[in-house]
Amino acid sequence: MKRKLLTGNGAAAWGARLAATDYIPAFPITPQTEIIEALGNWIDTDEMDARMVTLESEHSMITSAGAAAATGVRVFSATSSQGLLYGMEMLYTVAGWRAPFVLVNVSRGLSSPITLEPDHNDILAARDSGFLQIHCSTCQEVLDSTLMAFRLGEDPRVRLPVIVNLDGFYLSFTREPVEIPDETAARQFVGDYDPENIRFRASSPVSQAVAVLGGSPYSYFRYESHLAAQNGLAVYDEIATEFAERFGRSYTAIESYRTDDAELVFVMMGSFATKAREAVDRLRENGQAVGLLRPRLLRPFPAQHFQQLLAGKKGVAVIDQNISMGMGGVLHSELASALYGQPESPRILLSFIGGLGGRDISLEEFFEISAVTQRAVEEGQVPPPRLLYTESELREVRKLQAVAKVERDELGEKK
Amino acid sequence: MYRIRFHGRGGQGMKTASRILGTAFFLQGYEVQDAPRYGAERRGAPIFAYVRADETPINERGIITQADLVIVADDSLVPVPGAGVLAGVDKHTVILINSDESPEVWKQRLNISGKVFTLPVETEDRAELRFIGATCTGAAAKLLGVITRESLSQAIEEELGDLGHAVVEKNLHKALTAFDLMKKHAGCVSTMEKTSAANYTRPAWVELPFEDARISAPSIHAAANSVQVKTGLWRTQRPVIDYEHCSGCWWVCSTFCPDGAINVTEQGLPDIDYDHCKGCMVCVAQCPPHAIHAIAEEVAQAEEAKGGQA
Repeated sequence: MKRKLLTGNGAAAWGARLAATDYIPAFPITPQTEIIEALGNWIDTDEMDARMVTLESEHSMITSAGAAAATGVRVFSATSSQGLLYGMEMLYTVAGWRAPFVLVNVSRGLSSPITLEPDHNDILAARDSGFLQIHCSTCQEVLDSTLMAFRLGEDPRVRLPVIVNLDGFYLSFTREPVEIPDETAARQFVGDYDPENIRFRASSPVSQAVAVLGGSPYSYFRYESHLAAQNGLAVYDEIATEFAERFGRSYTAIESYRTDDAELVFVMMGSFATKAREAVDRLRENGQAVGLLRPRLLRPFPAQHFQQLLAGKKGVAVIDQNISMGMGGVLHSELASALYGQPESPRILLSFIGGLGGRDISLEEFFEISAVTQRAVEEGQVPPPRLLYTESELREVRKLQAVAKVERDELGEKK
Repeated sequence: MYRIRFHGRGGQGMKTASRILGTAFFLQGYEVQDAPRYGAERRGAPIFAYVRADETPINERGIITQADLVIVADDSLVPVPGAGVLAGVDKHTVILINSDESPEVWKQRLNISGKVFTLPVETEDRAELRFIGATCTGAAAKLLGVITRESLSQAIEEELGDLGHAVVEKNLHKALTAFDLMKKHAGCVSTMEKTSAANYTRPAWVELPFEDARISAPSIHAAANSVQVKTGLWRTQRPVIDYEHCSGCWWVCSTFCPDGAINVTEQGLPDIDYDHCKGCMVCVAQCPPHAIHAIAEEVAQAEEAKGGQA
């Protein structure tokens, strides 16, 4: 095992390489492109024995990934943001084929307006597709999760495609020390792919998921996918345990940081959660009993794990790096539904929206979130959801609006 | 934790510089994070890259708001507000500028009390500027004082090895010369105390008010982009209309212009908006009577300076 500096993109590529991927359909998009560039280079230099095909769109790319997976080979692909959405029709479709493969998504905020920097609205748009989702917070975790994702998706109790999510910029372009597992050890862990009865061949056509009318068979197939996704919880726990035994790095379905004796708990996903970790350490030094929960698995949703980990806690602050228009933070809603009616659930569950389009979340903001949550616990009242947005940010927007107004007036004069 | 920010222009090797420094720290046994900051960038646009190094795993992420060391490869960026060179600079921040002017001049001009060092510009030869990243990194490594000559050399070999022996040698020479040049100031970069949760500045959060879509929709009702953004600065080639040969069809060039930077005068003649023409040369290729010519921007500007018409 060697430790070297790798970007999140590089780590994802290493995961695909060490898993002995056979086929990689590809289409470039910022900030993901480096993944397929790395894989392309290794194929060129014979360091990797795989076939890469560049498609004309993400829609075709995901179709191609699903079709290749249906022949029983090991498939890897990667995309981001607008690309993921462009492939959305096929994302739902291929998940229904029950042919597993691994897709990396490099999170990036969605249009409009357009941005390159990360938040989680892209990946959450795929929430209900049937793909399982693993969310990462370090480059090491990207590599390790990619390996685990193949095991998870290919498990006979699951047999669904899996998305590994990493944040654009904060992981994709950021180098960190990463231990690259020994090739033999990685191969042994991932194992050979047994596609069971997945045997689609060009020479012997079969219908993959035919039309079903009347709702009854449809309901059956859809619910079976749901049950398979739910099986993913127990399967993931097994795989993570085995991974920890083999490689010494533990990835429970929810990362739990200093929560045992915590009264208040931050809940957030993705790379910014490491900032929350730092804030927890600082708050602890100041005598405040604060911890952090970070779901790695978002689908299946580890509801029971959350119920157990949050039982008896006084207050919870969910920090969502996403926004569901007209509702608010998605993770907040999901957590509320998991905790509702549980006898030991915390009564105080706050919602914060922050980090949209890569907007930074400062250490001071985490301190303040903790203070606001503490106050809510003392007063027994939950304040309304809060967007992390400061006076100086609004002032900058006002300046831009002033420029836009002058331009509009000038243009109006011309016409 | 050390927090270091590199500022330069696209093409000056700031990403590579940050990687060399990151790798040098890593070889020295540090935990490291290094990253470039891309936008919709191009050659010549302001970019930055950053490095964090600590003895324990790093939880902090994203841009460095308060740096211990700020390295400026191109001093023309200092007055550019968008480049953010001086963001979060305080008296503990060490600044290293590649500039002909003295540290005293910079201290006075920027009104800063911290340490400023300059790297004398060795050459007017723009081809040599390719090595400015290595020079900056070499000087930075010495100012930090915790990176050995050996780690710096090995980092350069690791990061640039793919480019061949000659490139490695040239960069090694530049970096090590700058490293030795800063000998007197070894270790002058200090790190900051950790932010305490006991007494922090509360964020001034605001409630965003609802605003009418006529104000709050992200639409700019002008061709291409805000007129305030002078995208004409991007140009390396300039299209110039030869009105002697322009047939006055007007719509071909103005329709094909992907930036809407060709207006049509009341006389029915096309007129290029050089503030916003990016120099893609699509009009040159499309003009039916071949009446639009491509001229090197540098040449066109020199002509203008002489008072002539480009």
